[in-house]
Amino acid sequence: MNTEKPLLEIDKLAISFTTRHGIVQAVEEVSWLLMPGEILGIVGESGSGKSVSTLALMGLLDANGFIASGQMRYRGQLLGCDAASDHRLRSRMAMIFQYPRLALNPIRRVGQQIIDVLKVIGDPGNCNALKARAIALLDEVQISSPEQRFYAYPFELSGGMCQRILIAMALARSPDLLVADEPSTGLDVVTQEAILALIANAARRRQMATLFITHDLGLAAKHCQRIVVMQNGRVVESAPAAELFARPRERYTRSLIAATPALMKNLAELRAVYAEEEASMEQTR
Amino acid sequence: MFKMLISRFAAAIPSLFGVLVIAFVLTRALPGDPAAFLAGPAASQEAIEEIRSTLELDKGLMAQFVDYTRNVFNGDLGSSWSTGQPVLSELVSRMPASIELTLLGLSFAIAVAVPLGVLSATRPGSWIDHGCRLLTTAGVSLPIFFTGLLLVYVFYFLLGWAPAPMGRLSLFADAPPSVTGFFLLDSLLAGQWATFVEALQHIALPAINLGIFALAPIARMTRASMLGVLSSDFVRTAKAHQLPPRKILYGYALHNAMLPVITTLGMVFSFLLGANVLVEKVFSWPGVGSFALEAVVISDYAAVQGFVLAMGIFYVFLNLLIDIVYGLVDPRVRIAT
Amino acid sequence: MKDFLNHALYVFRSNPVTAVAFIAFGLIVLVAVFGALLVPYDPLAIEAANQFSPPSWQHWFGTDQVGRDIFSRTVVATRIDLLISVVAVALSLVVGTALGCIAGYYGGWFDRLCGRLVDTIMAFPLFVLAMGIVAALGNSVVNIIYATAIINLPFYIRLARAEVNVRRSSAYIDAAILAGNSDTRIITLHLLPNILPPMMVQISLNMGWAILNAAGLSFIGLGVRPPAAEWGIMVAEGAQYIVSGEWWISFFPGMALMLCVLCFNFIGDGLRDMMDPRKRT
Repeated sequence: MNTEKPLLEIDKLAISFTTRHGIVQAVEEVSWLLMPGEILGIVGESGSGKSVSTLALMGLLDANGFIASGQMRYRGQLLGCDAASDHRLRSRMAMIFQYPRLALNPIRRVGQQIIDVLKVIGDPGNCNALKARAIALLDEVQISSPEQRFYAYPFELSGGMCQRILIAMALARSPDLLVADEPSTGLDVVTQEAILALIANAARRRQMATLFITHDLGLAAKHCQRIVVMQNGRVVESAPAAELFARPRERYTRSLIAATPALMKNLAELRAVYAEEEASMEQTR
Repeated sequence: MFKMLISRFAAAIPSLFGVLVIAFVLTRALPGDPAAFLAGPAASQEAIEEIRSTLELDKGLMAQFVDYTRNVFNGDLGSSWSTGQPVLSELVSRMPASIELTLLGLSFAIAVAVPLGVLSATRPGSWIDHGCRLLTTAGVSLPIFFTGLLLVYVFYFLLGWAPAPMGRLSLFADAPPSVTGFFLLDSLLAGQWATFVEALQHIALPAINLGIFALAPIARMTRASMLGVLSSDFVRTAKAHQLPPRKILYGYALHNAMLPVITTLGMVFSFLLGANVLVEKVFSWPGVGSFALEAVVISDYAAVQGFVLAMGIFYVFLNLLIDIVYGLVDPRVRIAT
Repeated sequence: MKDFLNHALYVFRSNPVTAVAFIAFGLIVLVAVFGALLVPYDPLAIEAANQFSPPSWQHWFGTDQVGRDIFSRTVVATRIDLLISVVAVALSLVVGTALGCIAGYYGGWFDRLCGRLVDTIMAFPLFVLAMGIVAALGNSVVNIIYATAIINLPFYIRLARAEVNVRRSSAYIDAAILAGNSDTRIITLHLLPNILPPMMVQISLNMGWAILNAAGLSFIGLGVRPPAAEWGIMVAEGAQYIVSGEWWISFFPGMALMLCVLCFNFIGDGLRDMMDPRKRT
């Protein structure tokens, strides 16, 4: 039995938006947990509400969005009530987004943008110290020639490189929790692999919990320890990855798995892994 | 970057050519005898014949156009029959007054419109937002000569705060020693504090009049641009990283939002250069606009067309300048070209 | 059609100013058509004894420097100001749309030529160009109309060209071509009706601007001449008396001008909201 306290608790969270046509409920009563250092995948189609809950978590909901009911708790402390405590709690979180080139200021050099983030975490230091740390971060995310790339503008970099910059900015804050909202969607397959491996390694190295949001079940299978499946704003199923793929309980989950070609190939392998895990758990009881 | 400058200059050349063609067509488009129009209604037959031979109006149109272009490059825009002076020297002597007025009016407009647009975008739905939207719609609806008269009535007649709308200085004052031609600058440079104050008092109302006119499109563009930028992905990233709100607003949002506003300035100048004429009439401002007005009234044909040509050329260069400034400010243009 | 009406009603409800503007437009048209029949005084009648009288019960807007009733003159001026703008914009619209449609549909040298024409006109500050055109052609109302039409051409050429360009490669045009329709038929029957909605927005905004231009030209002495009643010259005539306090001579025609243009601008904004809510400013 795991006695560790959850890092993040989403408890019957409901999020709605006020629109011209009335109130639209995007997320209805979802609940899930995230343990420290864990990589949790949130999987679902477009419009399933998977991004919305994390946007609410980070306080980035659009002006017309609001939390209708439920709670978000970070390390047991309530999020979303007091601006000062929210700010403090969110300083332990970082987020990276889909379409990385759009997520960077187009007319500001990327090195300068990293320094902007470094200045926030209150680290004093002169220009040179900040620049050195920024270049060290660029190195950590495996950007070649970091001293030159420091002066680049986002439009001069590829999508993959822009995403690495965003990861560098996220890591600059030494967060306990990284939210990755479709970080590899739109990148070519090779770069996808590289970016996700980078995130996974950074998470392991820095003991960082990761929320990996994606519509691609295959990617989630590969990199996540547990998976939450969402549909139409609700949690359909949630289980450790191997168990989800070996023994999906809900019909929706089964249809998602069936729709993912890469997954079908690995199914036998996953089933074997699950069988092994089950067996070992039986032994320890 | 040098390449960008060259390419921008090159793009302006067809526009300059177009301006020359149109201005030429206008000088020959009159029904009747161009020589008679250029000589003026009071001219004798000999004077008309003299003009006809001097300008070689008997030649074919193409030859005339070549002559015309050559004259323009040599600075000969014709002569005003009423003053006998070359049009170009008249324009040059009056330019500083118009430029001083336009620059001041534009500065006033930007100083009010940009903060207004920013506030309106950051507080959507508030009374400032509604006020801004009302102002921008009303601003483009106001006849500029009417606002000028209203300003004169309220601030001169009713309140007595502004001096009589009689030009750049009062009748008894001397102009400061001319360095730039801008009375405000020249009086400061010469240390003539009293003259500076008086020049400021006289330029205040017409500048505000022009400014109100330019306010509307600038505020509208700033607001729209800010709204777009504030909902952009990179502002969301900045918020996610908890950057200080001030830095997000100025360094990230406004910096990006200003780019389309710079391009708007081209259109704003088109309005301003035309509005100049009207404002100069209302306030008896001795600039190029009132020069053109006097010429129009007395059918001083060469003067009017010289004015139109000069304004066209000036505007082309102004647009060129705006293009270059934009190219310098936006790294995507500066580096990629 | 029903959807459009529903959306139109939604726009009116959420933006009462737009609704008021449409009603005001109706009133303005009525005044322009019937105004001359309804005014209490003859707009040209001089009454030397009664000059410079401020607004009163006999003369709602007061009288001017030769004793003419300003209310009657302002009302009657509606017709000529509106007429000048409507004719100018109509001329601009027809010629500009035709040129823009052909340029957008066929492309090639005609497109480039139109582009040059537009760029050349836009290379001038437009009011200055209008001054030059009127000075060149002669000082008359007809030439004011031509000048205003010419400086408005670029907007219609560009808009028509852009809209036709966008739709040219759409499926229903392909189908019309395959069905053997001639180019003229396609442009007039298939493309034109579809590009009209965005053009309506432009027309409405242009009308306001055309009125301001025409009034501005008369203000500086080009176009309509005294003693005709037109808002621009009325403001010009009253301008010299503002400094001595007779504000009403310029004020009422100026206000009429402003309200008229305001009305057209609000209608333009409202139409834009009805056509495409995404473009809302």
